[in-house]
Amino acid sequence: MASYAPAGGALAQARKGVRSDQRAELLLGALACLVLALILGMIVFVFTKAWPSFSANGLAWFGTGGDVDQQLTDIFNSPANPKAYVYELRAWPLLYGTALTTGGAVLVGLVFSVLAAIFIVEFAPERLQRLLEPVVLLLAAVPSVVYGLIGILVVVPLVRDAFISEERKESVQFVVQLDGSSLAVAVLILTVMIVPIMIAIIVDALRAVPRQWTEGAAALGVNRWRVMWTISVRAVRPVIVAAAVLATARALGEAIMLSMVSGSKGFAPNPIDGITFLLEPTRPLAATIVDNREGLSAVPLGQTIYAFAAVLLISSVFLSFAGWYMKRRLRHVAIYGGAG
Amino acid sequence: MTAPEPLAATSASPPPAPQRTKPRESASTWPLVDRIGLSLCWAAGIALCLVMGGILAYMAVRGVQYLRPSLFFESPTPEQDQSKSGGFLDPLLGTVLITAVGTLIAFPIGVATAVWLNEYRRPWGLARAVESGVEVVAGTPSVVLAIFGLIIFQQSYFGFLSLTAEGDAVLGRSFFTAGAMMALIALPLIVGSTRAGLQQIPDHVREASYSVGKTKAATIRRVLLPSCRPAIATGTVLGMGRIIGDTAIVVILLGASLQLQSVGDVPGLSTLKGSGSTLTSYVFNNSPAGEGQSPEKAYAAAFVLLLVVVALNYAVNRITSREAPQWIR
Repeated sequence: MASYAPAGGALAQARKGVRSDQRAELLLGALACLVLALILGMIVFVFTKAWPSFSANGLAWFGTGGDVDQQLTDIFNSPANPKAYVYELRAWPLLYGTALTTGGAVLVGLVFSVLAAIFIVEFAPERLQRLLEPVVLLLAAVPSVVYGLIGILVVVPLVRDAFISEERKESVQFVVQLDGSSLAVAVLILTVMIVPIMIAIIVDALRAVPRQWTEGAAALGVNRWRVMWTISVRAVRPVIVAAAVLATARALGEAIMLSMVSGSKGFAPNPIDGITFLLEPTRPLAATIVDNREGLSAVPLGQTIYAFAAVLLISSVFLSFAGWYMKRRLRHVAIYGGAG
Repeated sequence: MTAPEPLAATSASPPPAPQRTKPRESASTWPLVDRIGLSLCWAAGIALCLVMGGILAYMAVRGVQYLRPSLFFESPTPEQDQSKSGGFLDPLLGTVLITAVGTLIAFPIGVATAVWLNEYRRPWGLARAVESGVEVVAGTPSVVLAIFGLIIFQQSYFGFLSLTAEGDAVLGRSFFTAGAMMALIALPLIVGSTRAGLQQIPDHVREASYSVGKTKAATIRRVLLPSCRPAIATGTVLGMGRIIGDTAIVVILLGASLQLQSVGDVPGLSTLKGSGSTLTSYVFNNSPAGEGQSPEKAYAAAFVLLLVVVALNYAVNRITSREAPQWIR
């Protein structure tokens, strides 16, 4: 806090300074509040827009029943009379698809990226280490549409040729068509997409573990793997949580790439089908929004799509707060205590 | 009487200094669990190298294979015959334009927010709310931001900013509206980076400035902001990277026209009000997922995108590796 002791003739000038200081504070504060207002506006607007869809369906909105794509088409084709709008929707396949792709990618990615980060920090030959780090940062910044392009042009045909036999197709032909773009490809590409971000964050944190801790352990005769696993990885737990939260947010919101490779069919893959489960198409919420972008101007479909957006918004807000809370909970073990 | 014997013997002929054994690096003596962990670690590392190398090599090969200089200078045309469908001049311009609009909006707001959060922070509750607000934007999917943008900019009083259909319906689609929403995805990066920069400046620097009679505003303007310029630049470049890479906002808020479409006759402004495409939406539309079936051009455009990302990464590296002023440390 600035406190002034203006001397003699400088009093007037100092007063002027104080006034301009207050003006600056007001201006900066106003801009910051503009951001806040926009966000609150976003939440309010999206929910008001989405309300008719929720209120027409009640809790059944989240349930199962019928073919979700058919329901979306019916909503799109509903009569122009506002009283006759069709809202019926059972969004479970989409929610389930979102949970499967996001959860699968984050789980696989988390294990993989912790191991890979340990590798980069501790076990990689020095030259490889120096090469890997910038490449990881580069891949973290690659636009998702590029991953989607590789997915749809390379991985999907590969999966179609390698795993989808005639018998497999026939085994589910009355339920769903298999054409390669599937849950497995979606999870795979999503994992490849979020792993660089997690690795970059975890590597940074592992590097920041105080040397004394690891060297002390090593001096007691603990081997290198155990030093990393029991000292460093434990010390950076809050950062790992933060990385996972960030990755989940990115996976949850990924729309374009998933609409390219996941098969874009509102279908809930069925675990009873065994391996075929992984090869069945699905479609997460975010991809549904992109796929139905042309229908936004039809009022009832628009409201339904805003309902999807509202669910995504709630999940991401919840995620930010969960991440913040976890970081607080873990603060006592943190070397990054102040980072949250 | 016999007890001191060994002592005397040792003092008489001290044993040779312990030989320095070579540190045993071999993991073969480790417990099994640790060896499994180590091998998993190596497996993950090798898989990482293979996947990353594979992606980059594949994109480079395809890019070099399909990229032609003429692609940069030709406008795309909706043509079935791929030899006549033109290049990606317009999407390239679109990317530049949307990045410029987004950065121009996000930069001042982001820096102001960061300064206010760090230096003023009163009232405390409001500051805390703004902080979590920025965090919420950072986590919000860009599709959600895109369709939120549609709600805002389809209000009739924002009609002057975007395309309008016949009958005064405001479509809410233009470079300006897409850029404004892009600003929101760049904002958290700018705020975060600027705050990190401000936090690194020790308090004695601020106190020194106050003690020579500078007001807080003058301190911020003349001392704090100049010394965290690299941090601000890093945040801005990262934000630009996010804007360039985003597809969902472009696809929803910019429409799908291949060429730049101007609205009205004021040069510059008319383009901003018009619709168009960017490199990302060009890739999307030319992939099998979009309408145009021309993977070659999609690969070429994706390769250009990758080059842009490489350039931005290089810029960030250059900025962050520059040395901080002496007095900061």
